[in-house]
Amino acid sequence: MSKFRKKKSNELPPVSTASLPDIVFMLLFFFMVVTVLRDDNLLVQNKLPKADQVEKLKKDRSVYIYAGKPSARYQESFGTEAKIQIGDKYTDISNIKFALTEARQKLRPELQDKVMVALKVDEETNTGMVTDIKQELRDLNMLKIIYITTPGNELD
Amino acid sequence: MARRATPEVNAGSMADIAFLLLIFFLVTTTIEKDSGIGRQLPPKEPPTDEQVKIKEKNLFIVNVNREDQLLVEEKLMDLKDLRQAAIEFLDNGGAPAGSPEYCDYCKGSRNPESSDNPDKAVISVQNDRLTSYKMYIAVQNELVAAYNYLRDRESQRLYGWKFTEMTKDLDEGKIKGEVAKEQLQEKLQTIQKLFPQKLSEAEPKKSGS
Repeated sequence: MSKFRKKKSNELPPVSTASLPDIVFMLLFFFMVVTVLRDDNLLVQNKLPKADQVEKLKKDRSVYIYAGKPSARYQESFGTEAKIQIGDKYTDISNIKFALTEARQKLRPELQDKVMVALKVDEETNTGMVTDIKQELRDLNMLKIIYITTPGNELD
Repeated sequence: MARRATPEVNAGSMADIAFLLLIFFLVTTTIEKDSGIGRQLPPKEPPTDEQVKIKEKNLFIVNVNREDQLLVEEKLMDLKDLRQAAIEFLDNGGAPAGSPEYCDYCKGSRNPESSDNPDKAVISVQNDRLTSYKMYIAVQNELVAAYNYLRDRESQRLYGWKFTEMTKDLDEGKIKGEVAKEQLQEKLQTIQKLFPQKLSEAEPKKSGS
């Protein structure tokens, strides 16, 4: 009998850390799945206006248009006049149709005719520029637009 | 005997590796949740001679100048009063009782000088080209808020459920089952018909006008 009893020691067994990697991996996978690596490199200042009567943007069917003054580090070469950005480069108002058609082709085919244009415009831009963009969109027959805003209210 | 003592693979460093990856993804994650004010642009149509006539009393004109000042129905107004003014205009229901245009769910002052019913009422926003985008969005937001307020009220009365909450639940996928979804869509459309969003936007005037 004493032969068996010898094996049992009175010390507490150490806490097993074997499951720690599993827990960490679980977190890792969560963050990997939700991560969206920024695909557009912002070339313009983009402080969005505030609004609270908002609806959600359906990301899979949207094309982004950015507008605003060039970011600080581009102001030397591009000046301080408000500019439009689609994809990764500045676009002139006359070239907007071409750029948008190109951007639309990157969407999934079945969603291309349900396309939604998301306007991310800096709050200090003039409305005139937005109107010009809207006119071009009407020409292109892309009629569903959404003005992206940040939560809040201008009155507060 | 010696074979039994195979040592366990040391998994201690596994956690470190996983942590490293985890921290990388934590840092690079931007959970973007874009939301904003949706709009449907009017389609481009060939010009016609036919002019749609809207009675002066059914038109609510909001004018924003380049100094970001508001002129509502030819009176200077603060942004914070715009929502209430728009609600009063839309909910007025000025058509006399018994006429086909009579609005039986309106709770406004029934002023014959203001809009006949919500279906007839049009809000027209006029901007200057130099109006700031911030102000433009603020005005749009207040007007949408006025519509949402009235829709919420009617929705609460008819279904005991607020319009904005219905749309939110539908967007977030809280409604399960196709039948339930369709029923909800139908309810939303009924409410939208009671207070159709008629926001017209005039081409902005040249600056300085």
